[in-house]
Amino acid sequence: MMAGNGAMLIKDGRVIDPGRNIDGVMDVLVKDGVISAVGPGIKEKAEKIVNVRGLVVAPGFVDMHVHLREPGQEGKETIATGTRAAAMGGVTSLACMPNTVPPLDTVAMIVYLLSRVAADAVVRVYPIGCLSQERKGEQMADLAGLLEAGAVAFSDDGDTLMNSLVAKRAMMNLAELGAPYIEHAEDAHLLDGGAMHDGLVSLRLGLPGRSTLAEDVIVSRDLLLAGATGARLHIAHLTAPASIDMIRQSRARGVKVTCEATPHHLALTDAAVGEYDTMAKVNPPLRDEACRRALVAAVKEGVVDVIASDHAPHGELDKDVEFVQAASGVVGLETMLPICLDVLVAQGGLSLAALVRLLSTAPAGILGLNAGTIAPGSQADLAVFDPKAEWTLDARKLTSKSKNTPFNGRRMTGKVVHTLVGGRFVVRDGALEQG
Amino acid sequence: MAVTETVADLPGTPVTGLAKKDLLDMESLSKEEIKLILDTADSLKDVARHPIKKVPTLRGRTVVNLFYEVSTRTRTSFELAAARLSADVVNINVATSSVAKGETLLDTARTLEAMSVDFIVMRHSCSGAPHILARNLDASVINAGDGWHEHPTQALLDLYTVRDKLGSIEGKTITLIGDLKHSRVARSNLIGFKKMGARVRFCGPPTLLSDGFRDLGAEVFHELKPALDGADIVYILRLQFERHRQGLLPSVKYYTRHYGVTAERVKWAKPGALIMHPGPMNRGVEIAPDVADGPQSVIVEQVFNGVAVRMAVLYLLEVRRAKGER
Repeated sequence: MMAGNGAMLIKDGRVIDPGRNIDGVMDVLVKDGVISAVGPGIKEKAEKIVNVRGLVVAPGFVDMHVHLREPGQEGKETIATGTRAAAMGGVTSLACMPNTVPPLDTVAMIVYLLSRVAADAVVRVYPIGCLSQERKGEQMADLAGLLEAGAVAFSDDGDTLMNSLVAKRAMMNLAELGAPYIEHAEDAHLLDGGAMHDGLVSLRLGLPGRSTLAEDVIVSRDLLLAGATGARLHIAHLTAPASIDMIRQSRARGVKVTCEATPHHLALTDAAVGEYDTMAKVNPPLRDEACRRALVAAVKEGVVDVIASDHAPHGELDKDVEFVQAASGVVGLETMLPICLDVLVAQGGLSLAALVRLLSTAPAGILGLNAGTIAPGSQADLAVFDPKAEWTLDARKLTSKSKNTPFNGRRMTGKVVHTLVGGRFVVRDGALEQG
Repeated sequence: MAVTETVADLPGTPVTGLAKKDLLDMESLSKEEIKLILDTADSLKDVARHPIKKVPTLRGRTVVNLFYEVSTRTRTSFELAAARLSADVVNINVATSSVAKGETLLDTARTLEAMSVDFIVMRHSCSGAPHILARNLDASVINAGDGWHEHPTQALLDLYTVRDKLGSIEGKTITLIGDLKHSRVARSNLIGFKKMGARVRFCGPPTLLSDGFRDLGAEVFHELKPALDGADIVYILRLQFERHRQGLLPSVKYYTRHYGVTAERVKWAKPGALIMHPGPMNRGVEIAPDVADGPQSVIVEQVFNGVAVRMAVLYLLEVRRAKGER
């Protein structure tokens, strides 16, 4: 190793740090895995200089909605493969959903997961704990214990907590503990066995539909409960226009509510189902064009706080079956940035800084993570990307163990070049570092 | 001699086949293809009247009837159609309950492929199931009804029957009555009759007939009288009693009172309007017995024509297959 101070100078990139209103060409100095200085023309000697002229240097992305599938469904994804997929997408911190097998509903499971993370993960992983024991929606989980063990938020994601009393009690306790309650908002009964959005395409294909009402009913219930309990409510994968309106109104009244949108709901509609393409099957479903536009508008307006991938890997066995029986979910970690650059920035007119806030600063704030900023003293977690690089997605080449993307073959603009976690390259020049 | 003549020798039978390998839905058939099938059925209809009801067109070919849902009428009709074309026919009845736990559809498909099957006639409770087979197999897949989606040969035999009885389809008005939402027959007929230039009306309670069908080309009615006014064809769908249990009907009696077709109500349609039903009927529920058996009813003809139409479909798919082999 070369003699020197161990510092690395990331030179001449367009540095975007939304939390501090920074957006300009400057240098970033990293020492001992921590940001040491940010500014134009840093003169301090560094052992290593990385020239990133023409690239954007952003705080590493924080994906607060990821299914790593470990333990229990390692055929779909593992901590090793899922975190590498995350790194390829510029994600340096992720929160993993607890609907594993068995679920993350006990202290022992959280401790076990974190031991697996310590062994196999290449990015930071923060577990989300279950709201209810065994995700059954009946008995509340040991929320305080899970929190102490390392859970950063709570959710029965994949299912809605249907029992309103259990939901209310969980919110009361989480208000006391100060951790967010994350809802997968789809009323289980109103879904009525639906397999896709209840609209013209489902009518034509003769498939049972999932109505936006199923989302609206739960969002309205949760907003009332959050208002009454003082809990911090976070609505996962928002899709329904009426829910957007209710969130806007409740927030104005002081309800502590945040929400997220996924890239697939922002980019695609139910038309993607085409002739029963199960790659476009996801919960909540891809909606119609009016809903999609309303969601994009809600992001631009600021009603939507966060972009999260809801990365949900499924294998061929789960997808290559009858549409109604196929598993729901899409992988998204590796396509989140280019899809957002297309739909929100190129088409939507959003600034790059606003996008970085949605992808990094805002989710880090909601989960209370030491992430989402390039302020001196913070961890050197960085996503360095080329906003103009053009490429075509080949699903087979995804790093994720599963290839269930609805974007296969799509032309993409924008690619992650380097991903650094704690000042170490995990992705360099668009490829994973070995070891 | 009837036994040795080939279909191509039959007068008026064209030698061009269908554009696609499979018959999955009416949506993917062009108007010309629909006409071709109906014309071919015309030529083949006579086979049923021959003393020996067979032509050798599909000799050496294998047709598998793969039924994941119980069906007597459609399966028998396809079986007779294949037999009259001299194909070897195998019936596979898979209980619906074994779908979830048993072999996957794709494995079933690969098994059949390995046995060199030429045609698969498939019924399945899941919309889109035949599409999976069609995508993965060289065999021609014929959809004999998938979930709520489509039942193309039913629509074709209905079109055939109407053309046979009324001389033409274009400009006619057909009113389909009942549970449109859950009906594959309704969807296929909507597309088929629209393509052939007819007006299609849907009539049923709002719980079983959403306004969205307007965007798919149907005129939507919730009252029977205006729906039947001026109709050339009164098409009555079977009512599933479970719709009441699901809370989609106040009661079955209520349905009969508002939407049941009686002799009195038939008069609301054009004089001599055709009465059709895809079967099996709930007599006294969606259709009064005297309407089912009355002079305007062509329900028995529908069944009779079904065999010729299915022969035509098999034949025209075979023409395409034979071309591919050359």
